[in-house]
Amino acid sequence: MASRRRSKSARPVRRAPTGRAASLRARATPAAVERFLVDEARLLDERRFEDWLALFTADATYWVPSEPGQADPLETISLIYDDRRLLETRVRRLRHPAIHAQTPPSRTTRLIGNVIVAPAAAGAIAATSTFQMVEYRRDKQRLWAGRAHHVLVPAGPTFRIRAKRIDLVNCDSVLDGISVLF
Amino acid sequence: MTTTGLDLGSLVRGERVHRRVYADPAVFDLEMARIFSRAWIYVGHESQVRRAGDYYATRIGREPVVLVRSEDGRVRVLRNRCAHRGALVVADERGHAADFRCAYHGWTYRTDGSLLAVPLPQGYAAAPTADPALGLQAVARSASYRGFVFASLAADGPDLATFLGRVASSLDDMVERAPDDALEVAGGVFKHAYDGNWKLYLENLNDGVHPNAVHQSSVEAARAQDDTVVTDGAGEIAVRQMRQNGAAYGFWEKEVGLFTFPFGHSYLSDYHTDEKLVAAKRDPVFADYIAALERAKGRERARAILSVGRWNTNLYPNCSFMSQFRQLRIVHPIAVDRTEVHTFNFRMRGAPARMFHDTIRFANVVNGTGSPVLTDDLETYGRIQAGLQAQGPEWINTARQFARERPDQGGGHVSDGTSEAHIRNMFAAWVQYMTA
Repeated sequence: MASRRRSKSARPVRRAPTGRAASLRARATPAAVERFLVDEARLLDERRFEDWLALFTADATYWVPSEPGQADPLETISLIYDDRRLLETRVRRLRHPAIHAQTPPSRTTRLIGNVIVAPAAAGAIAATSTFQMVEYRRDKQRLWAGRAHHVLVPAGPTFRIRAKRIDLVNCDSVLDGISVLF
Repeated sequence: MTTTGLDLGSLVRGERVHRRVYADPAVFDLEMARIFSRAWIYVGHESQVRRAGDYYATRIGREPVVLVRSEDGRVRVLRNRCAHRGALVVADERGHAADFRCAYHGWTYRTDGSLLAVPLPQGYAAAPTADPALGLQAVARSASYRGFVFASLAADGPDLATFLGRVASSLDDMVERAPDDALEVAGGVFKHAYDGNWKLYLENLNDGVHPNAVHQSSVEAARAQDDTVVTDGAGEIAVRQMRQNGAAYGFWEKEVGLFTFPFGHSYLSDYHTDEKLVAAKRDPVFADYIAALERAKGRERARAILSVGRWNTNLYPNCSFMSQFRQLRIVHPIAVDRTEVHTFNFRMRGAPARMFHDTIRFANVVNGTGSPVLTDDLETYGRIQAGLQAQGPEWINTARQFARERPDQGGGHVSDGTSEAHIRNMFAAWVQYMTA
């Protein structure tokens, strides 16, 4: 794709000097990361999609693999694999009045737990968590569950999401259409 | 023919179809018996069973079958049902086995379906292993066209070449885009489902008028997308495809041809060029691919291959494929109001490895269970099925450009891309199967 453009400032976070790295460690406590993940989940449950999108960095990816343990988003299909450009389009569509698949819209509520925080490369934080989500739409209720992997980078007093991967327990099942965000 | 009070032929008129054809479970059962048990049904691709002992379990209509490469190297389509008590013998979707052993009592079959061993053979008057009827039965007929394996549960009927007819050229198109003239299934399988009749899926795939309504949300979301935002290729292809779905009606009328053929087959031509979809001339991976194709086949032949611009080719009753991005869908009827669709991707042998990345990206947006495009189609099928529960208005309308099909030199008929000719053509085949 010759017209693919990569942002020159691919990493929105300045390379942190030692003092900042120390401060990152101080900020990235399990409690702070868990709070961030719970807040993120709440944005989705409240359908505040633009606020949710704003949590992502300019070079973020959002990935829901189609196979357990899927190694790669380019060699194997994914239920969702969005770069920032496609994620913006996806979120914009969710607000479109003619989005049939969300007319009426889904209601969701989700539980986040079992958060594990580990340092990752380049000043980032890797957070793994489990979730369960109930989706209700037009007299049908669906139960979703899986494990989320966040790559977080510090941003001011909080974090931004550089990558989010959601491994659904039933990712390789026969599935009706998915129009909710995980 | 009248069956259980149904005059099947009368359910289809030239420009309308009775709602029972989509909503009546009795009609559905007859479709399984008369269409899916007679037509050539695409089963799988030879690359899915590369080595002897490789197998892939699937269905023909509602009947479980297994595609297997036997020890003798032949590809067979066997009924996946133990001759003893009827259990599924192959329970995994795919794998490799020296032989197939039933879970229930351990009856064991060779990969050609013949019975190898049973427990306690002395309990039978004659050795079950000597009785050819006590094997995994091969389906009545199976045949392969350029690696694509089809089967028919009926012993009689047209051969595969006759059945495919002119649309074999769409399979040729998909194969010949590979520099080595070979494809292999790769990259996983989407399995999406919807609460609607199986026929709706192929009808929709070659319906050039639906995108502007069904896909309005993704078309307009894509049009509003800032193209300077970062993409690793996923957004590039997806946003292009969504925008193309918003092509004006005039484009479908003037630029796109809808070609229909005997046995219910059809294809749409010239919906996409490679330029629209992959920015072919500016993409270095595509340039490498063109170079590989030219090395393998010569410049003139490569140009001719790449000039074919077919969109979906539908093989009635339940297969559709698209050669430019090498996607194939199998529509599995589950019930009158429930359908599963399995979608496959093909890697081109001899092409740069990264060409397959675009196949994956394209699959995610057109076949993906979470696609902003496909999900609106699935929702629409459900609404059709719900609407057809209304018993008062008995007929649905398939009249767009009725009787305006023109004979085509390829042996079929051609209409413009806004016609419903492909639906009427599928129903002509439907009547033939159902009333024969």
